[in-house]
Amino acid sequence: MQSDILKIENLSFSYHNLNGETKAIKDLSFHVREGEFLAIVGPSGCGKSTILSLIAGLLKPVEGGITFYGKDGKQPGIGYMLQHDHLFEWRTIWQNVTLGLEIQHKLTAENKKKVEKMLADYGLSAFEDKKPSELSGGMKQRAALIRTMALEPEILLLDEPFSALDYQTRLTVSADIARIIRKAGKTVILITHDLSEAVSFADRVLILSKRPASVKAEFPIHLTLPDDSLLAARKAPEYSGYFNRIWEELSDESN
Amino acid sequence: MKATENTSIDQLEFVKAHKKHHRFIRYARIFILILFLIFWEFAANCGIIDSFFFSSPSRVAKCFLSMVNEKSLFSHIGVTLFETVVSFLLVSLLSLAAATILWYSRKLSEILEPYLVVLNSLPKSALAPLLIVWLGTGINTIIVAGISVAIFGAVINLYTGFLQVDPEKLKLIYTLGGNRRDTFVKVVLPASIPTILSNMKVNIGLALVGVIIGEFLAARRGLGYLIIYGSQVFQLNMLITSILILCAIAMGLYLLIQQLEHFYKKKV
Repeated sequence: MQSDILKIENLSFSYHNLNGETKAIKDLSFHVREGEFLAIVGPSGCGKSTILSLIAGLLKPVEGGITFYGKDGKQPGIGYMLQHDHLFEWRTIWQNVTLGLEIQHKLTAENKKKVEKMLADYGLSAFEDKKPSELSGGMKQRAALIRTMALEPEILLLDEPFSALDYQTRLTVSADIARIIRKAGKTVILITHDLSEAVSFADRVLILSKRPASVKAEFPIHLTLPDDSLLAARKAPEYSGYFNRIWEELSDESN
Repeated sequence: MKATENTSIDQLEFVKAHKKHHRFIRYARIFILILFLIFWEFAANCGIIDSFFFSSPSRVAKCFLSMVNEKSLFSHIGVTLFETVVSFLLVSLLSLAAATILWYSRKLSEILEPYLVVLNSLPKSALAPLLIVWLGTGINTIIVAGISVAIFGAVINLYTGFLQVDPEKLKLIYTLGGNRRDTFVKVVLPASIPTILSNMKVNIGLALVGVIIGEFLAARRGLGYLIIYGSQVFQLNMLITSILILCAIAMGLYLLIQQLEHFYKKKV
């Protein structure tokens, strides 16, 4: 069993406005192991995105804490992929994927080489000097992934990163991205409302209650993959069993 | 799109119809102008309108040529152009700086909002006499008048444009480890370039308005001075000629900024 890289204990968070306080998260506790692919599903508006913003340090928790166990006791790097690719039209693909490095003043020759290799690995080398609008939805998603990975994060936070794609593209792109991330051996927390996505990619699925969010149930996923095609997980014999059990837990929560 | 062997007949027809439409628009515009000039000339010659008060195209042309011969015309045009361009450049710079400061400090922008709104709605021609007392009669007064007409609206428009940038794009910069300054330099500013350019188109026109108001009251040179002088000595040919030159200048400046906009759109 691998060691924990992230532990969340009794986390609470509220949003404030003049009409009052909205409790988004209450007494949330879970942990993530190093190299694990964790999917979090829950009713819509239950505060899933808030959890990622808290982990990324964009928001400060009201109560409870988030503890990281990075290598050598250091804070592990965190990469965050948002719902849309947000590639900037006024930049070329190359300028887009190196945006993070540029902001952190890490545009060294060595890092540039790494990004070039990633572009080659993901089949985007020929598009370096193109504008985002010239790329397909899947390619944009890969470019956004490279932008995140260029900073070499140990933990990747994915906030429904495929929800803006149409269904057909989404099936292949999500499987493709999941495979790339797996191969890179990153720890992943994926937020999604797509159960099939959660079951097919994750090692473990957390189900959240409705707002204020806390953990309702947890399913470790073990699939026997029939082949190594992109959509293999959906053909695994255990797939529909997991799908139905998670579905029931969730519908139970929404009612 | 380039026509190739593969271009279908329908496509060719479409392109042809499109070109025809634009040709028609262009000819119609020129036609209206010519019709207006002919009618004006005709009406003045037949006594339908008094050519002393309303001039006529031929009198305007004669007046223009005599002013060209006196060589004073180009110095008047030059002065007005110079003042307008300086006002415009200062408005562009100052409004960008002010909008940036407002964007950085939400508190400051909320505090200043009512003042900006009042100053923007104030008819700036009311300020001109005050400017003369403060700054005397001369080029400084006129440039400040030009700035005063455009600046407040420019600040408000730019600041509003800055606020319209997608907050998720700002969040992206934070997730990549950036700070507020990075969000401004990497997102807000580049995303607002179309706003800045369209704002410039408005500013150049307003700067010209301000400069002419200034020249009415506080100048010995420039087209605004010519217009006022022409009305005082009842030289209406001179007055109308000056107004027509002003039309040409306004159009020229506008087209210049439009070219800049086209250039930017092509680049992106």
